[in-house]
Amino acid sequence: MSRTVQVQPCPRGPVLVRGAEVVVDEDGAQHPVTRPVVALCVCRRSSRKPWCDGTHKAIRDDLR
Amino acid sequence: MHLPEPCGPVSARVVEILSAQRAPTSADVLAGGSVLTDRDAQLALWTAYEMAYRGFDDVDPCLEWDADLIGLRRLIEDRFECELRAVTADRVAEALARGGEVGDLVLGLVADDEGPHLSSYLRRDATTDQMCDYLRERSVQQLKESDPQAFLLPRLQGRAKVALAELQYDEFGAGDPSRLHQDLYARTLRAAGLDPAYGAYISEVSALSLASANVMSLFGLNRRLVAAGAGHFAAFEASSSVPSRRVAAGLARLGLAPAADYFEEHVEADAVHEQIAARDICGSLVRDDPSLLGEVVFGVACALHLDALASAELLSRWERIDARAARSEAS
Repeated sequence: MSRTVQVQPCPRGPVLVRGAEVVVDEDGAQHPVTRPVVALCVCRRSSRKPWCDGTHKAIRDDLR
Repeated sequence: MHLPEPCGPVSARVVEILSAQRAPTSADVLAGGSVLTDRDAQLALWTAYEMAYRGFDDVDPCLEWDADLIGLRRLIEDRFECELRAVTADRVAEALARGGEVGDLVLGLVADDEGPHLSSYLRRDATTDQMCDYLRERSVQQLKESDPQAFLLPRLQGRAKVALAELQYDEFGAGDPSRLHQDLYARTLRAAGLDPAYGAYISEVSALSLASANVMSLFGLNRRLVAAGAGHFAAFEASSSVPSRRVAAGLARLGLAPAADYFEEHVEADAVHEQIAARDICGSLVRDDPSLLGEVVFGVACALHLDALASAELLSRWERIDARAARSEAS
């Protein structure tokens, strides 16, 4: 069965993912998706990786 | 839930109307001055609005649309809205002059906000009593979390409607009754030794806590204010993720980790919700009708203004209590 995963990058923020069941991180660890939309950390400073925890807002200027 | 005990002439009048004890006069009970910080006016408004939510055990549900009730509600609402427009006018004008993409503008306004650091205090310094005080004050809005915004749904179309429905599906448990956010907050209250019943603390909370809840109903129940409601919702979601992490840490520090579930949930949930609310709800709304930008920004500014006032009030209340405790220890 084919399944569509939708990816929506947010400027200076996370990537929103819809339709995924599991996110596999760079170490191969599996993170089950438990909500309809998840936000993946892009700034790499989240305390909840792979999920965004809003930390990018504190380091906004570094990213610019 | 029963009708609250009135605390002045305006809330007394609403309670009179709802208890079918009509006063013979329709004299204007609402005095001049600020209604934003007037506990009597805010309790009256909260009580009037509550007829559209869960009502009261001792009130006839037919009174929801009672002409006297709606008349008095509109009187308070008009003053409330005028006051909010006046105090946010400068911030709205500055934001509109700044311009840019709507989602960035909304999130930028929240990020640049220099409000009082209530969540940092809760994380590091708050006593258990102060934390419970915070949980009690916030209970007015959190026990009906996302209910006022549900009224926005039929007033939106297209992408904005889809985005709000997607966000609210998560707020309302994403298909799992045990994850309903308003019930998570009730569990937080119980775990902190507080009363989880809806409306339990209405007689104790401040005018500003009532106003923070009432502004959502003002925007939710008046269709002409739908864009302000969207802006307010986006700002509310965008000022939640990082503070929730701090409050959860504060609860753990105080040995109240079981009460932290609600806040832990909001760290990740609101990191998603703020993007959807700012970009997909507000962004789509303004793309479809650019004239709504000012109203979206007005809603954002209201959320920031009320949050700053409510946070400052709690911090100054506790400082006074701390100072009093220090004095009594010294003597």
